[in-house]
Amino acid sequence: MTLFLLRRLLQTAQVLFIMSLLVFVGVYAVGNPLDMLVDPQATAADTARVAAALGLDQPLWVQYWRFLGNALQGDLGNSFLHGTPALQLIVQRLPATLELAVSALLIAVLLGIPLGLWAGLRPDSFGGRTIMAGSILGFSLPTFWVGLMLIMVFSVHLGWLPSGGRGPTREFLGLEWSLLAPGGWRYLLLPALNLALFKLALVIRLTQSGTREALLQDYVRFARAKGLPPHRVVGVHVLKNIMIPVVTVVGLEFGTLIAFSVVTESIFAWPGIGKLLLDSINQLDRPVVVAYLLLIVFIYTLISLVVDLLYAALDPRVRLAGGQTA
Amino acid sequence: MTSIPPSTTHGAEPLLRVRHLSTRFRNRDGEVTAVDDISFELAAGEVLGLVGESGCGKSMTGYSLIDLVDPPGYVAGGSVRLNGRELRGLPAKAWRALRGDRIAMIFQDPMLTLNPVLRIDTQMVEAVLAHRRISRAEAQTRALDALERVGIPAAAERLRSYPHQLSGGMRQRVAIAIALLNQPDLIIADEPTTALDVTIQAQILYEMQTLCREAGTGLIWITHDLSVVAGLADRVCVMYAGRIVEQGSTAQVLERPAHPYTRGLLDATPAAALARGHHRGEPLRQIPGSAPPLSALPAGCAFRPRCPRANESCLQVPPRVETADGQEALCWHPLSPGEALPEASTAIGVQS
Repeated sequence: MTLFLLRRLLQTAQVLFIMSLLVFVGVYAVGNPLDMLVDPQATAADTARVAAALGLDQPLWVQYWRFLGNALQGDLGNSFLHGTPALQLIVQRLPATLELAVSALLIAVLLGIPLGLWAGLRPDSFGGRTIMAGSILGFSLPTFWVGLMLIMVFSVHLGWLPSGGRGPTREFLGLEWSLLAPGGWRYLLLPALNLALFKLALVIRLTQSGTREALLQDYVRFARAKGLPPHRVVGVHVLKNIMIPVVTVVGLEFGTLIAFSVVTESIFAWPGIGKLLLDSINQLDRPVVVAYLLLIVFIYTLISLVVDLLYAALDPRVRLAGGQTA
Repeated sequence: MTSIPPSTTHGAEPLLRVRHLSTRFRNRDGEVTAVDDISFELAAGEVLGLVGESGCGKSMTGYSLIDLVDPPGYVAGGSVRLNGRELRGLPAKAWRALRGDRIAMIFQDPMLTLNPVLRIDTQMVEAVLAHRRISRAEAQTRALDALERVGIPAAAERLRSYPHQLSGGMRQRVAIAIALLNQPDLIIADEPTTALDVTIQAQILYEMQTLCREAGTGLIWITHDLSVVAGLADRVCVMYAGRIVEQGSTAQVLERPAHPYTRGLLDATPAAALARGHHRGEPLRQIPGSAPPLSALPAGCAFRPRCPRANESCLQVPPRVETADGQEALCWHPLSPGEALPEASTAIGVQS
């Protein structure tokens, strides 16, 4: 177990290193941040002073070497634009994104598993067919379009929900939360729904196919031959088996929820890290972009670690490498 | 057709009485009959061997008896009486109360019948609690007893294992222990030893036989292996294309087969063929052709195209003929005792 964790930590460090190198070179290739930062009317001496202050006068490899040295001490550099530490900028906005992503994930799982089970148990019924047809829509409709439609219908025409922004928040454990503030959920609902739609379709399809497959297995027939009531056959024998793929996929998808909340956040003007990333790319604010991507990679590996641990908890046949083998 | 099959228990109602049971499948092209008008009886403590090739409907017979036929299949007609109680037409709830309590079933592949993500004790305790209002601890004790009864060493430890930690033979013993948990009246065993190696198979056969004899449990043993039947069963039903083509006591059916199909099966079985004067090294006689798919059964006798004795009369559904006391065959011209099949059929084998 310890060996397993150590190995994963080492892999994470490798990925982080490669990632930082790629992003550094990538952003350098996009354009010169000085063009954005310095007034076009400024003198060459002014420009050179700003470049020297930001370290942009050095060759790229020197800049990277400095970054790497600082990064190893936990300093990912200051934002060119704001002058504040990039990581701090991101961390300030992370709770908003996390709250959005977690809400979307909950919607996807809490709706997706029951709907998928229903569709899997009655694949030929009207309800089952409708659910499956709906999930295809969820897959194929582009997120930005659905987001705009949600705003059109619920905000513009019906006027039930606000069209954007985060609304009121309440502080808890030093972070701001929409769900804890009265009326905060009204701001959260549409973006969360928008972000959840694709994952919901995914969870429905996974659960449905898993259920149909499990129902054909001998262990389900044997469970029925034991005289177990249907809720036990489905709720324990089937569900516990299909949770294995569902947890794996949902866990990994949680990473993409955070990483790709960019579209939803910009449509609903949600002040999360996705919106920060877009702004930073536009401004060629390299430290923020690098810090953002490194953080996402880190979260990703953290999530896949949690998924592996959960996987081992769910499936007794899985023993983590380095642990005792059964 | 109307003659009533011989009963092993005279007068009193037997443990299980099946009459004219039929199971059909609906599909796009119409209906397919998987189990066609079968009738048989089973007394308490008796072992019935249900023999046939794959696809002949023997497993489907088992599922029909315990109401586990999956749609689009359905039991189309007939009667199944257990201890005098008619089971056909019972509501789902009553069936659920019967399954695992009065009638238990064991399946072919022990690697697949136990749920891989649940511990053995979970799977055993739930089977007890589905039928008995007792505490979890009592159910646990029962489970432990059952495991010990089927000869599992270190049963308490095994109870806390997951299926993948047990060997195939162990898993099948666990499945048998689960079947025995509630002391059922009838156990339907669907080729439970086919996936196991021969020594384990022999052990399990012997143990099952003993356990059922002692408890007075009726046992239906579904198999394609005639040698298993010879050592285990009191009575034998031979199935072909959904019908029982011959039934009788094991001695009658295996020593004096009346149906050409039974005779063909025996001629193709090494041990049985040797016993009837076949010489070692000679090619075994095979039944020419292969079993027809259920969707394209020949009219009349389904064995007709493969039968060396077939003639025009076989175009009609054959009658049930009592060839000896307690033995009957579904045939227009059954073999008399000891009669061999005509040589007209091809003996396929290695030519020297």
